[in-house]
Amino acid sequence: MKLHLKIWRQKDSQSKGEFKAYTLEDVDQELSFLEMLDTLNLKLVKKGDYPVEFDHDCREGICGQCGMMINGIAHGPIKNLTTCQLHMRSFKDGDTIYIEPFRAAAFPIVRDLKVNRSSLDHIITSGGYVSVDTGQAPEANSIPIAHEVAEAAFDAAACIGCGACVASCKNASAALFTSAKITQLELLPQGQTETSKRVVAIVNQMEEEGFGHCTNTEACQVECPEDISVLNIPRMNYEYNKAKILNK
Amino acid sequence: MWYLKNALTRKNLMALTGLFLSFFLIIHLVGNLQLLLPEAEAQLQYNWYSRLLADNIFIKIIAMVLYLCILLHTIDAIYLTIKSKKAQGAGYAKDKRGRASKWYARNMMFLGSIVFLFLVIHFKDFWYQFKFGEMPLDANGNKDLYTLVVEAFDQLWYVILYVIAIIALGYHLLHGVFSAHRTLGLYHPLYSKIVKYLGIIYTVIMTIGYIIIPIFIYLNR
Repeated sequence: MKLHLKIWRQKDSQSKGEFKAYTLEDVDQELSFLEMLDTLNLKLVKKGDYPVEFDHDCREGICGQCGMMINGIAHGPIKNLTTCQLHMRSFKDGDTIYIEPFRAAAFPIVRDLKVNRSSLDHIITSGGYVSVDTGQAPEANSIPIAHEVAEAAFDAAACIGCGACVASCKNASAALFTSAKITQLELLPQGQTETSKRVVAIVNQMEEEGFGHCTNTEACQVECPEDISVLNIPRMNYEYNKAKILNK
Repeated sequence: MWYLKNALTRKNLMALTGLFLSFFLIIHLVGNLQLLLPEAEAQLQYNWYSRLLADNIFIKIIAMVLYLCILLHTIDAIYLTIKSKKAQGAGYAKDKRGRASKWYARNMMFLGSIVFLFLVIHFKDFWYQFKFGEMPLDANGNKDLYTLVVEAFDQLWYVILYVIAIIALGYHLLHGVFSAHRTLGLYHPLYSKIVKYLGIIYTVIMTIGYIIIPIFIYLNR
């Protein structure tokens, strides 16, 4: 199939970017979206042009590295899917595809479609951990955890930190990402003891990184590759209010 | 001053003032449904009721809270909208993010602006007139607010203005009431769903109730 691509090209965070048009002939429907971009890059390199830069790693939908706006939707037209798991069979012959980087003040563009998502890492660093004493690994079953609780914690832990929630949010809020981490650690007894300290630190860090606020439009869950529940957000609000009111 | 800068705290203020205003809407509607009584009866009763409210110290205090809530809700909305604009960055050339959420959830500021402009007109025409304007008296010696209201709704353009404003308010409430509970931390899946449906029922009742009044008066005169 023949594709018309309009791709955002930007040399670095300082320069002004623009859309460049490319046309690809004979694109195989079985190619993944990233493989389609590889095909384009191969052509560009052969011509002596600079390839389109984009983030990717596992290409199995589990690492959270890839991510771009495809026709105005984070990770493309299919809901709850990463860019690498999107295939060209989702497009038609002769389609024009707009490809842009995730946009948010907290995600500065590195080059082309590649953005710096360190702000999400800073949130994790500020409180997304459990403090443990070093030494021998403790006996795994010494703290009983109900299966349902473990599953619920795992549902929140499934977040791969791709940033699609931020990109899809009209306020560029990282509330879904942040709250998922809070829920994951709060549900488990090992994390519970530090909840108050964690939630205040992590929310303050989220603010500091320049993310917006949550207005509960629920767009984030729709585009989230892991379908992380928006109900994590009110839980974060609850825990934050509790921590602040009780001043723990 | 963490509580002034923090979006979560500002959202709490937004939610609390919003919920108070939503509660006020119920009282306001119940009182104003008296306008639908037969004309002779309605005039005396409505004017008596208005005076009852105006003279009551408890209602006066609540009214102060109400003005404060409108003000805080508006200021907070402007603050959060500016914050959101800053956080968004450059924006998208092709933006189809709308498919994932409701249009009214994304345009709360726009809907709120319509409601605010409406409130300015609403306050000027009735509240200001009643409090500070020259008002004729009815048979019982109460200020004749009823006639003022009924004559205003005699004009078709005024009725249309009201209907548009109330529909905007309706959509604002449809997202606002539900969103306020989420902001305040209601994360239980079942109760969150119950509140969502209660919010829809509340919104429908408020919207229909407030729309009926001007239309009913217009058609009956």
